[in-house]
Amino acid sequence: MATYLEFIQQNEERDGVRFSWNVWPSSRLEATRMVVPLACLLTPLKERLDLPPVQYEPVLCSRPTCKAVLNPLCQVDYRAKLWACNFCFQRNQFPPAYAGISEVNQPAELMPQFSTIEYIVQRGPQTPLIFLYVVDTCLEEEDLQALKESLQMSLSLLPADALVGLITFGRMVQVHELSCEGISKSYVFRGTKDLTAKQIQDMLGLSRPAVPIQQGRPLQTPEQPVISSRFLQPVHKIDMNLTDLLGELQRDPWPVTQGKRSLRSTGVALSIAVGLLEGTFPNTGARIMLFTGGPPTQGPGMVVGDELKTPIRSWHDIEKDNARFMKKATKHYETLANRTAANGHCIDIYACALDQTGLLEMKCCANLTGGHMVMGDSFNTSLFKQTFQRVFNKGFNGEFRMAFGASLDVKTSRELKIAGAIGPCISLNAKGPCVSENELGIGGTSQWKICSLDPSTTLAIYFEVVNQHNAPIPQGGRGAVQFVTQYQHSSTQKRIRVTTIARNWADAQSQLQHIEAAFDQEAAAVLMARLGVYRAESEEGPDVLRWLDRQLIRLCQKFGQYNKDDPNSFRLSESFSLYPQFMFHLRRSPFLQVFNNSPDESSYYRHHFARQDLTQSLIMIQPILYAYSFHGPPEPVLLDSSSILPDRILLMDTFFQIVIYLGETIAQWQKAGYQDMPEYENFKHLLQAPLDDAQEILQTRFPMPRYIHTEHGGSQARFLLSKVNPSQTHNNLYAWGQVS
Amino acid sequence: MSVNQQAHTGPPYGQPQPGYQGYQQPAYGGQPLPGVPQSQYGAYNGPMPGYQQPVPPQGYFPSLGFPSKGSPVSLNSDASSLAPNFIGSLRAPPTSGAPPPASGASLPSSHLAYSQFGHGDVQNGIPASAAPMQRPPASQPFLPGSAPTPVSQTSTFQQYGPPPASVQQLSNHMAGMTIGSTTASAPPPAGLGYGPPTSIPPVSGSFSATGSGLYTPYTASQGPPPTSVSQGLPLAQPPFPGQPISTQRLPTQVPGFAPPPSSTGIGPSSYPPTAGAPRPPTMPGPPLPGQTVAGPPTSQPNHVSSPPPPSAMSGPHPGPPMSGLHGPPPPTHPPQPGYQMQQNGSFGQVRGPQPNYGGAYPGTPNYGSQPGQPPPPKRLDPDSIPSPIQVIEDDRSNRGSEPFATGVRGQVPPLVTTNFLVKDQGNASPRYIRCTSYNIPCTSDMAKQSQVPLAAVIKPLATLPPEETLPYLVDHGESGPVRCNRCKAYMCPFMQFIEGGRRFQCCFCSCVTEVPPHYFQHLDHTGKRVDFCDRPELSLGSYEFLATVDYCKNNKFPSPPAFIFMIDVSYNAVKSGLVRLICEELKSLLDYLPREGNMEESAIRVGFVTYNKVLHFYNVKSSLAQPQMMVVSDVADMFVPLLDGFLVNVNESRTVIASLLDQIPEMFADTRETETVFAPVIQAGLEALKAAECAGKLFIFHTSLPIAEAPGKLKNRDDKKLINTDKEKTLFQPQTNFYSNLAKDCVAQGCCVDLFLFPNQYLDVATLGVVTYQTGGSIYKYAYFQLEIDQDRFLNDLRRDVQKEVGFDAVMRVRTSTGIRATDFFGAFYMSNTTDVEMAGLDCDKTITVEFKHDDKLSEDSGALLQCALLYTSCAGQRRLRIHNLSLNCCTQLADLYRNCETDTLINYLAKYAYRGVLGSPVKTVRDALINQCAQILACYRKNCANPSSAGQLILPECMKLLPVYLNCVLKSDVLQPGLEVTTDDRAYIRQLVTSMDVAETNVFFYPRLLPLTKADVDSDSLPAAIRNSEERLSKGDMYLLENGLNIFVWVGVNVQQGLIQNLFGVSSFSQISNASSTLPVLENPFSKKVRSIVDMLQMQRSRYMKLIIVKQEDKLEMLFKHFLVEDKSLSGGASYVDFLCHMHKEIRQLLS
Repeated sequence: MATYLEFIQQNEERDGVRFSWNVWPSSRLEATRMVVPLACLLTPLKERLDLPPVQYEPVLCSRPTCKAVLNPLCQVDYRAKLWACNFCFQRNQFPPAYAGISEVNQPAELMPQFSTIEYIVQRGPQTPLIFLYVVDTCLEEEDLQALKESLQMSLSLLPADALVGLITFGRMVQVHELSCEGISKSYVFRGTKDLTAKQIQDMLGLSRPAVPIQQGRPLQTPEQPVISSRFLQPVHKIDMNLTDLLGELQRDPWPVTQGKRSLRSTGVALSIAVGLLEGTFPNTGARIMLFTGGPPTQGPGMVVGDELKTPIRSWHDIEKDNARFMKKATKHYETLANRTAANGHCIDIYACALDQTGLLEMKCCANLTGGHMVMGDSFNTSLFKQTFQRVFNKGFNGEFRMAFGASLDVKTSRELKIAGAIGPCISLNAKGPCVSENELGIGGTSQWKICSLDPSTTLAIYFEVVNQHNAPIPQGGRGAVQFVTQYQHSSTQKRIRVTTIARNWADAQSQLQHIEAAFDQEAAAVLMARLGVYRAESEEGPDVLRWLDRQLIRLCQKFGQYNKDDPNSFRLSESFSLYPQFMFHLRRSPFLQVFNNSPDESSYYRHHFARQDLTQSLIMIQPILYAYSFHGPPEPVLLDSSSILPDRILLMDTFFQIVIYLGETIAQWQKAGYQDMPEYENFKHLLQAPLDDAQEILQTRFPMPRYIHTEHGGSQARFLLSKVNPSQTHNNLYAWGQVS
Repeated sequence: MSVNQQAHTGPPYGQPQPGYQGYQQPAYGGQPLPGVPQSQYGAYNGPMPGYQQPVPPQGYFPSLGFPSKGSPVSLNSDASSLAPNFIGSLRAPPTSGAPPPASGASLPSSHLAYSQFGHGDVQNGIPASAAPMQRPPASQPFLPGSAPTPVSQTSTFQQYGPPPASVQQLSNHMAGMTIGSTTASAPPPAGLGYGPPTSIPPVSGSFSATGSGLYTPYTASQGPPPTSVSQGLPLAQPPFPGQPISTQRLPTQVPGFAPPPSSTGIGPSSYPPTAGAPRPPTMPGPPLPGQTVAGPPTSQPNHVSSPPPPSAMSGPHPGPPMSGLHGPPPPTHPPQPGYQMQQNGSFGQVRGPQPNYGGAYPGTPNYGSQPGQPPPPKRLDPDSIPSPIQVIEDDRSNRGSEPFATGVRGQVPPLVTTNFLVKDQGNASPRYIRCTSYNIPCTSDMAKQSQVPLAAVIKPLATLPPEETLPYLVDHGESGPVRCNRCKAYMCPFMQFIEGGRRFQCCFCSCVTEVPPHYFQHLDHTGKRVDFCDRPELSLGSYEFLATVDYCKNNKFPSPPAFIFMIDVSYNAVKSGLVRLICEELKSLLDYLPREGNMEESAIRVGFVTYNKVLHFYNVKSSLAQPQMMVVSDVADMFVPLLDGFLVNVNESRTVIASLLDQIPEMFADTRETETVFAPVIQAGLEALKAAECAGKLFIFHTSLPIAEAPGKLKNRDDKKLINTDKEKTLFQPQTNFYSNLAKDCVAQGCCVDLFLFPNQYLDVATLGVVTYQTGGSIYKYAYFQLEIDQDRFLNDLRRDVQKEVGFDAVMRVRTSTGIRATDFFGAFYMSNTTDVEMAGLDCDKTITVEFKHDDKLSEDSGALLQCALLYTSCAGQRRLRIHNLSLNCCTQLADLYRNCETDTLINYLAKYAYRGVLGSPVKTVRDALINQCAQILACYRKNCANPSSAGQLILPECMKLLPVYLNCVLKSDVLQPGLEVTTDDRAYIRQLVTSMDVAETNVFFYPRLLPLTKADVDSDSLPAAIRNSEERLSKGDMYLLENGLNIFVWVGVNVQQGLIQNLFGVSSFSQISNASSTLPVLENPFSKKVRSIVDMLQMQRSRYMKLIIVKQEDKLEMLFKHFLVEDKSLSGGASYVDFLCHMHKEIRQLLS
């Protein structure tokens, strides 16, 4: 491995892990001085074409507090058939099945190239995946129609044996029974009443079996499937039925008088969905998919009253503590999210409306359970339709790109402790010797639950070096971290993926260059950004910015080289060179700036930022700008106003938006119709090139970005202008123009 | 008399009828009716005395008679004794001692006479004799018992007969009817006990004086009878023997009365008697006018007679029941037939006589009556006491033919049992309003003195026969109906236009109001508006106004109402086939929703809900391919899950509804849910109506006690041990007040609840019915519902209930002339203040009884006016006001009051009053209060209106002569005196049912109609003449039909000819008749057709389909049947008619002394 860059990339490809530091400072004090914490971005289910899962159980360290999985870093005594745990140094006997083990006959998990390995284990009965649609009917006719079509279409995308259920809501909440012939049957709940799980289950007639729900064996009793099957049916059995049912969905029939919003019982609907699954299929993969076309306006979880004259809360209201329903609603949804997560289910939110829909309050439902959050203007847009379709995309091996009910267990060697994680997860509250007292993100635990994840779901995990300065680590010592992810595969198999990595320790005083060179600025930027965004959720915006600034300054102080009082002398090594730029754009990003964003939008952006992998995260922090011109092949250009030139076509990807911007001249040419003239075919190609590239991005990204095609002076050009570094403004435009 | 006669006829012994005429005539002849009467009358005057003397002794059978004692004594002379008893009671038996003999003697004659009549009449006389015969058992026994006496009896009878008869008659006359039986006095033995008796004697003495003379004649006439008498006697005797106690007595006593009957005939005359003997003679007619009777025209006071029964017995009897009576028994006395209560005469008089007798007694009714009476005497019996049958028949024949024109103020309308046409000439038809009295005392003192409740029984939406026109709909335009400025009374025929028509003076409060310009019209020379005949509100008693928006809730015109069918689909309902049945029926029934006169289709929308522990609503919107079911399990907080598609137009959603109704039974076929909720069901309906912003009606089909966890959950608190304790009232009270509050909400929304119950066990009707009751709904109960047996009844009820005319969201106010005020209301409704009766729904069968009290004086000149205004929403959603006006006379003489009363209405009021009373007081208290009030009413009459006479005489006002018998029926009803087999639910059910009954319904409910089927003329379409409700009237060889508005019993005697059994039941012998069936087989023979047509006709007349029960004599079910023979003693302790009459008499005497 030639460079650290290659090393990093290789590691990422193999293990789905990127550390901020790839050589670790060996003492607590030094680690603190590094400013950027020792942390990593982990993509637990990173797609690996070359990773055939093994069909047996992992071998665990026998120390009850450790239980680390046998891995290539373990020392093995082939003769004694013993292995020493590299985390706790416990010596363990190999299980009988490993009797034939020898240096030349090693099990996969001992081979270095299997630092990441996946086991398929047989535990408990397999239950099909469950999809519970929770559909708002307070929509415009057109929207509802589009939504109905999308839902009907989705039935064909589901695994044939998946269970599917339908809840609709408006003023009331209806849980549809799917097994009936001749008459469609639904249970109706008042939209204003907060019901306990028990009540809901009683009312749905789910609570009859007294001991129904025991962990891991939801279908044990013969009766139970009968009961739950009333509401959750295998797709292949009832797709016709359900298609008809969806087709007959009416708009919420209750009259809405002028000046009022429809009464929408989102809170109760979700509560019932959660209660339904909780009662029937706890701890089994299930998605609650909420489709809503507006804010909850009544009952628990209401976000705004039904008076149209009272607008939904804005950042301004929130700052002024003027958002009456926010706290209560947030609490409601948090409670729900926690329950859902406890049951291993997830909640997706598909919110399509021109105004806000209460994502701010509901965000935890998706955030804590690993569900998707999609925001659009209307269900009748390709943004929604395609995004929704993409939920059911399949991976290269024909499997759904979704997994459920994962738990991530992190084990560290003694010198490290776990400070926390940031991502779509909740704490499992597993205290242990390797849990740090200092928390970064969701801390205080070495295990987290990720109710839903896909191959790109990425968690940031923060560590703390606890080795004391005066207890040096021997030269060449390595620290190790093991990530054990147990999850339900989309094929309903139970799998365990184990990733074990090790990094060298280095003495920061003597070997700072090593450490510096092993700095992964991209990972560091994302990790810092996650911390910042995480803080921004609970702290005032300016505080977070100040904190970010200070960290940046301290980092530069530590690693920059400069002469005092000489700004021009400042130099950062190559491995740090991009970091300040990332921070700059991060400060301007919607993740930290709420200006010009509604609370819902902020929540939406932050949601995605907290779960995308490094590449996507970087795009979010610093949008990518490509320039297309006659002067050469498309090239990335600085995200700077200076990149906006009349004869360029710009393609900006902010992750959430794809903007194609025609420079002034290009736009004129296009208006003049040159592209249609055979002699200017190259112009036509030029126009087409960014479209094709954009299409490529649109095809792969989830959620599908908003696609904007604009030109110089167009109103939509604001999307671009708001992102670029305003190096040229009305104040200096002229001067700069001259200069350049 | 006539009564008796009728009764007799009724009795039906086959023979009788034929005989009647013949007999009667003879009798008449023999008796001298003609002549005699007069003489009698004459006697009467004197009579009283006369009676006593002669008969004196026993005299009065009147109530007392029974006196068991009498019986004892009389045993010998049963008949006489009976009479005596009455008399006795009345009079002092003491005297009787001596008299008896005399009486005895006289009696006999009378008896004889009676007997003759009897034969002739069949009825009384015969009955007595015949009856006995027929009912061998009874009679026989008696004989034995009396045996000794018998002999004597015969003799005695004869003796008595004559005298008594005369006496009685006299007394009757005297009394005016009262039972003239004074004669009884003789019996006095009984009298002994009573103080009066002694006095009586004196009286009797006097009577005797005159009377005697008179009597003699009778006797003479009677003479013949004697023979018959003898027969009668036997019968009578039996009773006595049984003495006392046994029901038999009744008979005996009756006999006693009988005599009076004869007198009755006289009675009429008797009234006159008061005037002078002579008058009496004249036909009844005259009489009426004349004396006391006069008042009575109609009926006359029947004072019932207490007369004669001179026989010693009577004396005792009075209290008969009471011990004393028996004791007194100086048996000897017995003989006197005294009872003549007959005032009957009175009875006779007015009514029936003619009719029935018509043939028989050709000429004068009176006579006829007289004759009739005579017969009774023999038996003594029952026939002699006022007979409802007779009264009904009389009224029917007297008043059934002429239309009843309402133009005259204070007219007493024909009885409810009479078919008559009404011509609205300014007062509301009696179909809408009936009053307890059509002559109101001017002052409250008078009213208090008389204790006659002033009440009106109002049925605002009553159905009219096709020949009568519905109230016209008047539209006064945008400003709405013209009303008095002050009291807000609506324009009516009694408003006085003044100042040339520019203003009008309110007839209620006298306030002067400007006539609105658009309503102005000139007056003619009589001060009437020129256009008064063109305007219904100026010329008719009943009419409707179109209401303006001011009369609507929220100032919005109402939407058409909705019907919501809510079906219990718990295990029991499904298993019994009920759910399927309902669904099947609804499919066709929905095409018959009520519609406004000329509309093509009904405006009413329908909705469907099923429920067990949870509720299922159905979306049946026409655009759906299949219905949608929405389950609401949040019963703690009910709501309606859908708006659009729940309430739909039947025609538009026909296919969806049909599909739904097909599927409901399938969906729940396998249900195992046994628990139900109830309150949430009502709440659901209520919420649905609220959401739809309309009024409407819920039809709830419910099977069990709602024990599922939900609001309004009930527990089983049935406890028969509470009966007759102070806590008994709790059985009638709702368990919780939850339902009352719910009812309030329902009323506010105009949500009427009709409840169909199918319980297999206790389900607490008292509580479940609260909402129904307060919203103006109906409860139907089918205990132990079995598809095969009960389906017809249920379906017919359902059909009728769905189809019947109904108004919603109704408010009724009754305005009255200054001086009286509506103070109390009875019925199925809710009141949020003291004047407005609010009903979520009001159908054509619902009745509200309103009581009035004085708050000032009334004047005789202006009379008293009632205006009942009902604001309601029609079935098409039109807001209307229905106005009924009624003008009544006012009086300063109590006699006028008593002469214009209507007993049926009075009973309606009293029953409702008592039935409400049980909610707050122990049943015994209620019963005592009832008896006491009636005693006061009668005592007041006796004291202030009747001719002076012996205290031993029971004298009843003609109009109230049935009060004792009906009152007794009320007292014996299941609510006030439950039998062992009557469940708590039944009692609560009946209690609520009676509360909204109209007069006709209470009449037949308390005094069931008993028709001898075997007497039916298969060639005519008329009903056979009814007979009195006593086992003694039944013959083993006949079949009878008894109906009380809820049930129809077909009773088959053990000796019925096989041919008839074959014809009616299609089986070859008595033993093969199955009583499991609830229908009569359809057989092609005249008898079967006739009987079925009778049954059908009866079913048509009642608002509910009656359950048909076939009872074989001596079968288990007969117990149940006997429960309805209300003149007999009931197993649960209810007194027999005769006993009760005695008891009343005693009460009255106590009040008088």
